[in-house]
Amino acid sequence: MFRNSYDNDSITYSPTGRLFQVEYALEAIKQGSASVGLVSKTHAVLVALKRNAEELGSYQKKIIRIDNHLGIALAGLAPDARVLSNFMRQQAMSSKMIYNRPIPVSRVASEIGDKAQKNTQVYGKRPYGVGLLVAGYDETGPHLFEFLPSGTVLEYFGAAIGARSQSARTYLERSFESFADCSAEELVLHGLRALRDTLAQDKELTIQNTSIGVVGLDSPFKLYDNEEVGEWLEKLGDVGSSRGRRQAEEAAAEAAAASAAAEAADTDAPTTDAPAADDEAAADLPAEPIETDD
Amino acid sequence: MYAEHFSEPATSHVASAPIEHQFYPYASNGGTILAIAGADYALLAGDTRHITGYSINTRFRPSIHTLENLGGPERAIVVAANGFSADGDALVRRLAQRAEWYTYNHNKPLSVSACARLVQTMLYGKRTFPYYVHTIVAGLDESGRGEVYSFDPVGSYEREQCRAGGSAASLLMPFLDNQVNKKNQYDAATGLPQVATDLPLEETLKLVKDAFSSVTERHIHVGDYLEIKIVTKEGVKVEYFPLKRD
Repeated sequence: MFRNSYDNDSITYSPTGRLFQVEYALEAIKQGSASVGLVSKTHAVLVALKRNAEELGSYQKKIIRIDNHLGIALAGLAPDARVLSNFMRQQAMSSKMIYNRPIPVSRVASEIGDKAQKNTQVYGKRPYGVGLLVAGYDETGPHLFEFLPSGTVLEYFGAAIGARSQSARTYLERSFESFADCSAEELVLHGLRALRDTLAQDKELTIQNTSIGVVGLDSPFKLYDNEEVGEWLEKLGDVGSSRGRRQAEEAAAEAAAASAAAEAADTDAPTTDAPAADDEAAADLPAEPIETDD
Repeated sequence: MYAEHFSEPATSHVASAPIEHQFYPYASNGGTILAIAGADYALLAGDTRHITGYSINTRFRPSIHTLENLGGPERAIVVAANGFSADGDALVRRLAQRAEWYTYNHNKPLSVSACARLVQTMLYGKRTFPYYVHTIVAGLDESGRGEVYSFDPVGSYEREQCRAGGSAASLLMPFLDNQVNKKNQYDAATGLPQVATDLPLEETLKLVKDAFSSVTERHIHVGDYLEIKIVTKEGVKVEYFPLKRD
């Protein structure tokens, strides 16, 4: 992204038909830590990686319950997510009062989409700086919608937003065909595996940094945090980043090969496990993203 | 507590003076409610008959509502607002929304005592055009004991051991004073007044059923079905019993 003369406000197009302020808002989402969502025939699941600004500080809440049948996961400017979640709660409550039924997921998603769009067409306002994954269960089954500051709202089988979310998306693309018939438990584990792939080097999923939300037929939206996440992480097994796992596997393989060679050759055994791993690490390691509220 | 008003049936008498007709915003829909607090339970019972004047609108219109109150089954609160049912429904719906916002903003369930105070503010907020209802709220307090609060139409409230509200309240309350709180009952041997003790749930349920079958006999607006909601640490249980339909 380059500074140019068409990015000063939301109501100016560029010569190529782009709204740069909206695109910059999308950048804010990429600075937040990852959130992942996926659906089966019976459930919708959200998993998110919480971040803390300091070691002694609390972790930013990433999943918010909107109603008994609805929840959202956020990435980006958390205060904007709070404002939008309050709005969604108001809409859900008033819709339930007026029509005596829980608000359809598509309805509430398009309501925030329209709300966000306004801020892309008014002078003096800025677009919302947060992306949301809206997961819910209504009359037509489980749904997952991705909301973006542009006002675009699209439905997905599986989605991921935030830092390094492409790795999660890759996992989802590879395994989504099996989602439809998954049980709630299997779906959560898929989500956790996708989330695990977004971890930075040497980081792992812990009960403090992982948040899970599940909703489905006969099961109202339930948020798992802290201790309750422990049992899920145990079922998952390996909580480390897949990058770390790959390197460890390669290192182990190299060490095994090297020691085998040493036994055979019976000379001073040069263990060559370190260099290859480090190179890969250096190439892989992205600059740590600028810390936002999220 | 407040005068009941029945709309005048149309007649063809000749008036001696001009009659002014005006829209009257309230109606009485009958029904009676009863709440009792126990050592480890609270119950709210009510008949399900819905009337206007001498006519029955429907025999089954449950009027006891549960506020789920995120937190745990023992945190549930049961509410009934008896009198003018449109006002009762509106009040309970608004209360349910306020309770939900409370849980979002405070990240904890609404306690019964806080709910009671909230109901007062909601009722007094319409001091100039009141909700025409007698409200009762019941649940378990922080230590697990049963808790009952009752309100007048404009929000005056008090915590009580038991309270009857609605059409047959005047028939039920004295019965409760005698049977639940052992008033005017003396120990045969010592001549001392009997002391009220916590009644077990089965005893209380018998009292409630007997109370309602009695008022069904004597009050035209009470009958059809009895609904009882019981709050314990396991959550809310609901039971229905038939009452005489005449």
